[in-house]
Amino acid sequence: MIIKYVVKTSLSGLRAHKSRSLLTILGIVIGIAAIILVMSLGQGAQSLILSQIQAIGPRTIVVIPGRQPTGLTNILSTFTDSLKDRDLAALENKNNVPHLDTIMPVLFGGETASFGNNAYRPTVFGVTSLFAKIYNVYPSVGRLFNDDEVKSYSSVAIIGSKVKKQLFGNDDAIGQKIRIKNQSFRVIGVFSNSGQSSFLNFDEAAIIPYTTAQQYVFGIKYFHRLVVEADSEADVPQTVEDIKITLRNLHNITDPSKDDFFVETQAQAMAIAGTVTSVFTLFVAAVAAISLLVGGIGIMNIMLVSVTERTKEIGLRKALGATERDILAQFLLEATILTATGGIGGILLGSSLSFITALILSKILGLGWLYSFPVAGAIWGLAVAASVGLVFGIYPALHAARLNPVDALRYE
Amino acid sequence: MPLISVKNLEKIYADDGISTPALRGVSFDIEKGGFIAIMGPSGSGKSTLLHILGFLDRQTGGTYLFDGKAIDDYNDLGLAHVRNKKMGFVFQTFNLLARSSVLDNVKLPLLYSDVPESQWDGLALKSIESVGLSNRLAHDPSQLSGGERQRVAIARALVLDPEVLFADEPTGNLDSKSGQLVMETIQRLNEEHHHTIILITHETYTAEHAERILRIHDGRIESDTAVKRRRNGNIFVK
Repeated sequence: MIIKYVVKTSLSGLRAHKSRSLLTILGIVIGIAAIILVMSLGQGAQSLILSQIQAIGPRTIVVIPGRQPTGLTNILSTFTDSLKDRDLAALENKNNVPHLDTIMPVLFGGETASFGNNAYRPTVFGVTSLFAKIYNVYPSVGRLFNDDEVKSYSSVAIIGSKVKKQLFGNDDAIGQKIRIKNQSFRVIGVFSNSGQSSFLNFDEAAIIPYTTAQQYVFGIKYFHRLVVEADSEADVPQTVEDIKITLRNLHNITDPSKDDFFVETQAQAMAIAGTVTSVFTLFVAAVAAISLLVGGIGIMNIMLVSVTERTKEIGLRKALGATERDILAQFLLEATILTATGGIGGILLGSSLSFITALILSKILGLGWLYSFPVAGAIWGLAVAASVGLVFGIYPALHAARLNPVDALRYE
Repeated sequence: MPLISVKNLEKIYADDGISTPALRGVSFDIEKGGFIAIMGPSGSGKSTLLHILGFLDRQTGGTYLFDGKAIDDYNDLGLAHVRNKKMGFVFQTFNLLARSSVLDNVKLPLLYSDVPESQWDGLALKSIESVGLSNRLAHDPSQLSGGERQRVAIARALVLDPEVLFADEPTGNLDSKSGQLVMETIQRLNEEHHHTIILITHETYTAEHAERILRIHDGRIESDTAVKRRRNGNIFVK
């Protein structure tokens, strides 16, 4: 049979079973779209996590009081009071830690903030004005507080967009007095809707001087964190060592395993996050593989059923003079048309769905989510759909074509 | 040389270890241009015989020569060519392609032939005209009556002007009036166009259109007799 007639026969075969052809294509479309969606979202989540960690900055070193948690049972031991003003002073001394560029004490905790009858529970951060530079967040309205205000225990606050919305609605907040734990604070700045940065959600935060936070809000004499920036990324390991030595001397610790503090760097965070994201990648790959399997089985079923159903037609065609090759050519082309159409449709649907999802996540939820097209996912999806579609579209046709025509004709 | 020659033809169906003989040694010849009716009760093996004669099935014993060549000497391509070019089939259940027009159904054998496409419509229209369905070209089989469907099947069987037409109870699913029309069409093919006709039926009055009746019982030929008074339409001739 001439190729032109093969094409005509296949097309009329597909047209004669419109709904079956459409359902087959739909099955392939859904299978491939699912794979692309899963892979695209997985990639987006992964790059979001990595970019958040990188946002901390490679020069940043965080000193945390207490013993480094080694498991769930001793996690509470992190909340101790080992970092105080004298530690801050000792670390600021260039003789102790020569490559220390900046150091900032941090206190934090959930507290109720109110304005009039409106109340909200933001995370209150006690910091210095350095926090804006370290975390790269600046108020969109108003200003930061300065060092004098930190030294003088000023009651000033910069609030996140969500806190502002809850307390003031659409009214202007600058200059207004809010209450945080019975202390009156003047609002001097508001963050715009910034989204999350470095796992810290500034939209739901109130930023106040750490001195004020110690004295009036938390009522403690110690710090929850000391955030240090080294002169350069290359100085980080030396600076970490210097910090450890300085604090051990101050705390009279000779055995490093008895440290009452521990130090984290971005490199460590990246290493941990690397483990997390590689596990995450595996998870996404597993989900994609399952979608691939499910999609493949779906395609297999519909192909197997729809071609087997046409055994009688194959018998008739053979009775009228078709050779095995004629039958094979027809069903090969039909399966190719179905899988190609379904494959292209699946790629279009999957990539537009993941694009829309990325758009929603970044615009509405304010996450720094980037859309990416999973090339590997598309190739795998197409390869599996095509091979499964072809094998299970042709195998039953070949089987039927090899029967005696009368046996194929008798098939019900 | 006879067109069809069978000797000791046997067919045994083996299913799950149980073997059922359908033909137990059948021998006869059919000359070119002959019109033979094969009769017998159901299960007698008459359909099996017709399927083997029409290259739709294989015997398990004996020999079958078509046009002087044994069926076992044909490969897939050769079998397909004979089915396409030299044989026409009419089934009891019509076996038309659903959702394809009358014209497309009749053109189906042409697709597998070496006839150039420019002649397809002409051949198909001529064949449809010969069964009197020129006014139904674009209809789907589902829009036709049983008799009309069987005439479409006849038109399809004739489109490549085969040497022999096999008809497996062609009137079995039709009322007597439609059946009569189908039989008249078949008879005209034999008398005017000299097609060899091999017809299966269990109705004596249908068989009497043929010139010879082969009666089969339990896989064996019971009798092989010439028809003395052939029917023509509803009346006997000669």
